[in-house]
Amino acid sequence: MDIQEYINSGILELYVYGALSEKESREVTRELKKYPEVKAEVEEIEEALMMLSKAVAPNNAEHLITTIKEKLTNVSPTPTRKIPVKRINWVTYSGWAASLLLLIGLFLFFNRTNNLRNQLSSARAQNAQMEQQIADAREDATNAKELLAVIRDKNVTRVQLAGQEVAPNAYASVYWNATENKAYIDAAELPTPPRGKVYQVWSLTMQPLTPTSIGLLEDFETDDNKVFSLENVNQSEAFGITLEPEGGSETPTMEQLYVLGTVAAP
Amino acid sequence: MQQDALIAELQNGNPRAFERIYQLYSESTYGIIYSIIKDEKIAEEVLQDVFLKIWDKAPTYNSDKGRFFTWVLNIARNASIDKIRSKGFKNSQQNLKADNFVNILEDKTSFAESVDSIGLKKYIDKLKPVCKKLIDYLFFRGYTQKETSEELDMPLGTVKTRNRMCIEQLRKIVIK
Repeated sequence: MDIQEYINSGILELYVYGALSEKESREVTRELKKYPEVKAEVEEIEEALMMLSKAVAPNNAEHLITTIKEKLTNVSPTPTRKIPVKRINWVTYSGWAASLLLLIGLFLFFNRTNNLRNQLSSARAQNAQMEQQIADAREDATNAKELLAVIRDKNVTRVQLAGQEVAPNAYASVYWNATENKAYIDAAELPTPPRGKVYQVWSLTMQPLTPTSIGLLEDFETDDNKVFSLENVNQSEAFGITLEPEGGSETPTMEQLYVLGTVAAP
Repeated sequence: MQQDALIAELQNGNPRAFERIYQLYSESTYGIIYSIIKDEKIAEEVLQDVFLKIWDKAPTYNSDKGRFFTWVLNIARNASIDKIRSKGFKNSQQNLKADNFVNILEDKTSFAESVDSIGLKKYIDKLKPVCKKLIDYLFFRGYTQKETSEELDMPLGTVKTRNRMCIEQLRKIVIK
């Protein structure tokens, strides 16, 4: 991966905003852990944004901390409690026996509170984990629902793209919604592009044959469902997908045409 | 690394870590809240709620999913949006003079020492209208890339690259 290009794409700003999907964010986090340049860039973007939002604040709000701290729940380090010890005027032996009993009692008491505290914190952690899992599952379900809605839309034309010379087994579908100018590319049956290459989708009009790029299938490898949504404002008569150097090309490299298919006449 | 340790301490329920987090993040969080609420008193209330939430929910923060700042940002925006949608708020708010962060900054006369106010004002003056919108939607209001692209009628990729240019100018001014 070209780090500079990745940084320049603007994805890191969106990452700090929280404007990416959870999946995309996780991907950026992975890159950030791999490349110190990416991390430094993210930190600087964050600092600049913090400065900007600080400037918007009416004042520094420092005085609120006392009020807030009073309302905190579950503060962990418990204050040490003094256990009142009654002085018993008794024979020395029984005094010793009493303090021994007290010691045992104290030990048991601390042991139990400690156990409880451990149980509490593990329950808290488990809760957090569950919340996470539910949130993830919910996101998956929403994604699937969205996809289904796209395919079922009555304005959608399905175009099947068959494998060409370089990849006879490849296959892809375009779900084209001409009223919304959207094309959804289902590319699950395309082979993973080699390093430094990217699939580019073309809208074609015949007579004369004119290809117009409608976009790249970016982050192909990491995209789980391999469905990509692109803008298509063209009066497309056919769609094709070629393999191009990273960043895409001005015109399609015809020797690297993977799949092609024509739109059925209405 | 220090930052990670601080967040881990916060997640363990250490009140001193919480205090430090408050020092680091309260002012920018307040800015976000104020840009949505536009009323100082109510924004202060929301700020308190937000930090109580940060304390309670700290164990659910997962660094794989994004920056801690982003996590705080989301809590702040959601709490502010809930507030302005609430019944009591709608009735009490008639005089909303400022529209977004740009107007707030233009009207503002006193700044914290750490802020290069002259630089920022110049930045705002020179900022292209499209940048004002992008930063307002994406940063202050928390729109997704897709929502922003629909709202501004701009392709997804353009949102990404345009916004980067807007933020680069900001960085030149505020990062020393």
